[in-house]
Amino acid sequence: MTLVAEQASVSRIMFQVLAALVPAVAVYVWYFGPVILVQLGLASAAALLSEAVMLRLRSYPVEPFLRDGSALVTAWLIALSFPPLAPWWLTVTATVFAIVVAKHLYGGLGNNLFNPAMVGYAVAIISFPLQMTRWSAPTALAAVPLGFAEQVAYVFGGGLPAGLGLDAVTLATPLDTLKTHLALGEAAGDIMKMPVFGFLGGEGGEILALAYIVGGIWLWRQRVITWHVPVMFIATVAVLAAAFHAANPAQYAGAPLHLAGGATMIGAFFILTDPVSSPTTPRGKLIYAGGAGFLTYVIRVWGGYPDGVAFATLLMNLAAPMIELHTQPRVYGQRDSGRSGGGKP
Amino acid sequence: MRKLHSFSGGIHPPEHKEQSTREPIAQASLASRLIVPLQQHMGAVGDPLVRKGQRVLKGQPLAAAAGAFSAATHAPTSGMVSALELHPAPHPSGLLALCAVIEPDGEDRWTEHSPLDWRNADPQATLARLRDGGVVGLGGAVFPTAVKARGNGRPVDTLIINGGECEPYITCDDMLMRERAPEISRGIEILQRLTGAREVVVGIEDNKPEAVAAMEAACGASAIPIQVEPVPTLYPAGGEKQLIKVITGREVPSRGLPAEVGVVCFNVATVYAVYRAVELGEPMVSRVVTVTGNVHAPRNFECLLGTPVGELAALAGPCVDTDGFIMGGPLMGFPLPSDAVPVVKATNCVIASSEALFPKPPPPMPCIRCGRCAEACPAGLQPMDLYWFAKAHNLAKAEEFSLFDCIECGCCDYVCPSHIPLVQYYKFAKGEIRTLAQEKETADRARRRHEFRQYRQDREKQERAARLASRAPGAKKAPATPEALAESQEAE
Amino acid sequence: MLTGIIIVAGIAAVLGALLGYAAIRFRVEGNPVVAEIDKILPQTQCGQCGFAGCHPYAEAIAEGQADINRCPPGGERNIRRLADLLGVEFKPLSDDVAEPKPRSLAVIDESLCIGCTLCIQACPVDAILGASKQMHTVIASECTGCELCLPPCPVDCIRMVPIKEDLGNWRWKYPANPLRAA
Repeated sequence: MTLVAEQASVSRIMFQVLAALVPAVAVYVWYFGPVILVQLGLASAAALLSEAVMLRLRSYPVEPFLRDGSALVTAWLIALSFPPLAPWWLTVTATVFAIVVAKHLYGGLGNNLFNPAMVGYAVAIISFPLQMTRWSAPTALAAVPLGFAEQVAYVFGGGLPAGLGLDAVTLATPLDTLKTHLALGEAAGDIMKMPVFGFLGGEGGEILALAYIVGGIWLWRQRVITWHVPVMFIATVAVLAAAFHAANPAQYAGAPLHLAGGATMIGAFFILTDPVSSPTTPRGKLIYAGGAGFLTYVIRVWGGYPDGVAFATLLMNLAAPMIELHTQPRVYGQRDSGRSGGGKP
Repeated sequence: MRKLHSFSGGIHPPEHKEQSTREPIAQASLASRLIVPLQQHMGAVGDPLVRKGQRVLKGQPLAAAAGAFSAATHAPTSGMVSALELHPAPHPSGLLALCAVIEPDGEDRWTEHSPLDWRNADPQATLARLRDGGVVGLGGAVFPTAVKARGNGRPVDTLIINGGECEPYITCDDMLMRERAPEISRGIEILQRLTGAREVVVGIEDNKPEAVAAMEAACGASAIPIQVEPVPTLYPAGGEKQLIKVITGREVPSRGLPAEVGVVCFNVATVYAVYRAVELGEPMVSRVVTVTGNVHAPRNFECLLGTPVGELAALAGPCVDTDGFIMGGPLMGFPLPSDAVPVVKATNCVIASSEALFPKPPPPMPCIRCGRCAEACPAGLQPMDLYWFAKAHNLAKAEEFSLFDCIECGCCDYVCPSHIPLVQYYKFAKGEIRTLAQEKETADRARRRHEFRQYRQDREKQERAARLASRAPGAKKAPATPEALAESQEAE
Repeated sequence: MLTGIIIVAGIAAVLGALLGYAAIRFRVEGNPVVAEIDKILPQTQCGQCGFAGCHPYAEAIAEGQADINRCPPGGERNIRRLADLLGVEFKPLSDDVAEPKPRSLAVIDESLCIGCTLCIQACPVDAILGASKQMHTVIASECTGCELCLPPCPVDCIRMVPIKEDLGNWRWKYPANPLRAA
């Protein structure tokens, strides 16, 4: 070990990621109500508890690993990608699954092949599609805005205030709405005049996307992430969306919806940039993000799920080791990539 | 101004250099006894030339150079050899090395100096002078300078003088250049003549403007054209491979030597030792050492080799909470096993350490593959992959991913947010690979010897059988040809 | 039905002929696995595995007559390498062979040696020099530390001296990690 070192630590990195999510949380509270804070708390508690239990079971020291903050990052990403009115057991199940199976059964911090948060998300959306596609309507659009107490009551299974149907308080996401209405044969341009689409990509969602960008740029300035993944991912989604929109505007929404809607920005800056499950080489990051952007677009437009970021991430996680192997940079004094080794010492 | 190039990676650690550059180089006082390891260079070591109880003069050889890859060792002062014994060496292992212990007589009386007229001398004579004068690379690798200057049949067009000194705290080369630039430029002339290089460039990190100015003045007055080139301050710009890249744009081939790209590189302190050995006829018995860190008066000392580190550090007044000494810098240096180990040719810096100055790092966390090490690596490696392989004892993979191109500079350790002792893993893996290679060689030799023995035993058995057969009554007299042996074998 | 039988029989005949030809044309002398195993074995020729040297043990492993965990000088590292090579599970060193010892060299106490040449005959790698009635000595660089010279010596003048760690053979140690699983 060198005697001097930079002021850096795993927990510092993880808490920087959490800090970068704060603007998005604030926007969330503003547009969808403070119930997101309950979801964050639920997920955090579930994550820390299951992390502690797993560390104990695996005979690792609990305290230093609980303090590293990685479980909290997983928890927050799950809470932020779930519908704010998701029932409490869904958030908890997904979080526990993410920590226990996707993280600890793969060897714990630093050894997971898949992004734990996205594993949690995938499990939830496959097992409980109904609950996962019912998003609380933005406060401004809801027929009857729910108060905080009513939201919390609903999350904990208390049901809705008398006389209110679920449809009165929830709305499908813009991407989901688009998909449903396209299937009914309507033109994309007309569908997007609906209020849920807001100005660019969803009432509330577009400001949320902006908040993720702000947090992401700060992370980049803090050298927690590099530019490769966000830039390449956003560019791929934008180019694909623009190209298909230009070819057939009635069938395909334009780039603004794809960039501002759904999980594009949280994916670009917070999910795909997870260092453990993504390639480390610069060229590898570009290929990885390009592939994820392509898959995200394909799943969104032709797939069966309203958004594609989670599945695109998981598929590219699978490919990450291979990408890394084939994108080794050139080593000083060698002609080609770093895998040539050379003779015996 | 020449066009400079850049290497990938690198870091900007806090320099901590100005503390030890406020005062000029001081002469270290004579230690109570000097402990001189006979081997202070890479390569073979000769038998001791002195006995216990023998009186020696300053500069008298204690061990001669043995073979081509060697350099001599000399008595640093006059006095009596009180012992030839094993003594803890300044080495991370703390193991013992054969040392001559000299009780100084206080007169510091030199042997006869024999300056060499190198401009008119045979280059071989100059090279022999370097070898017998004990001149080795003082940048840390202690490679015999004569071997490097010989060129080994490869034409060298560029001679690079390394005044980079990029590691924090260390200022001995800086002070040497500020104070003894004319002598260094004479040394450069000698090396230019030996190597036949057309171009001579002195590379100095641009955080040493005084050294650059002094060297520019001295080199401007030189008989040969010498460029003094400030290079951007970026650790490890003073690494040989990195400096060569910055100045020439050429890369030393993997596992190769700089001479393969027409470059040879010497550290400024080495060049100064070359000047003293050749022009003054003084063998290498002292060097400039930075004493800094947790001391009251950090500064540079001209110090006799063999001076115990504790006695040298005492001159700078270690603070009361000093808990040990580091040899070298905070990135590549190592903690000394005790303060009784001597200053050797490789000792450029002694840092007094304390818990406050170098706090113990927190226990290492798992690697999260953040990639900061890869960004910092000046060799363009993927340190997290090498760590992964070394940790899993997957030596073949580590080698395949260019483990041996690692220069152990410590950049990856410095930036690692998980505080993993990465370089130690690489050193471990390199050692294992070398051990395995050696074991394989031993095993192959044993196999050959065993197979030969079996062949010999078979042959002896056949010969015996043939003899018996020939002695048997009525048997044909058979000449002991291989065919006959084979026949008799078949007859059995 | 008949056509089917003929076709299948025809295919079998052609393939059989091809295989037969390949077996002759690409015949490999000796068992290549034996050489690979022999490369891993430490070549001490000590016989602690119960075989008369490394090569016989390699043959026995290749034929499945001996386990991979019978070589004390090779230690666990070599068992792992053998397991890797042969695609079998690692197993700890067998109980019925000796405990591994640090690598040692045989040293003859030359004042006691009577020059009987028994050790010279026992040495599997010809690492002992000497002649009848002449003092014997071990060539340190060739000694594998097999200890086969010890039993024949009638005056017990041979000692095994462990190889000490010095500056030449010292290696960096594997870093300790306090946060490992307990």
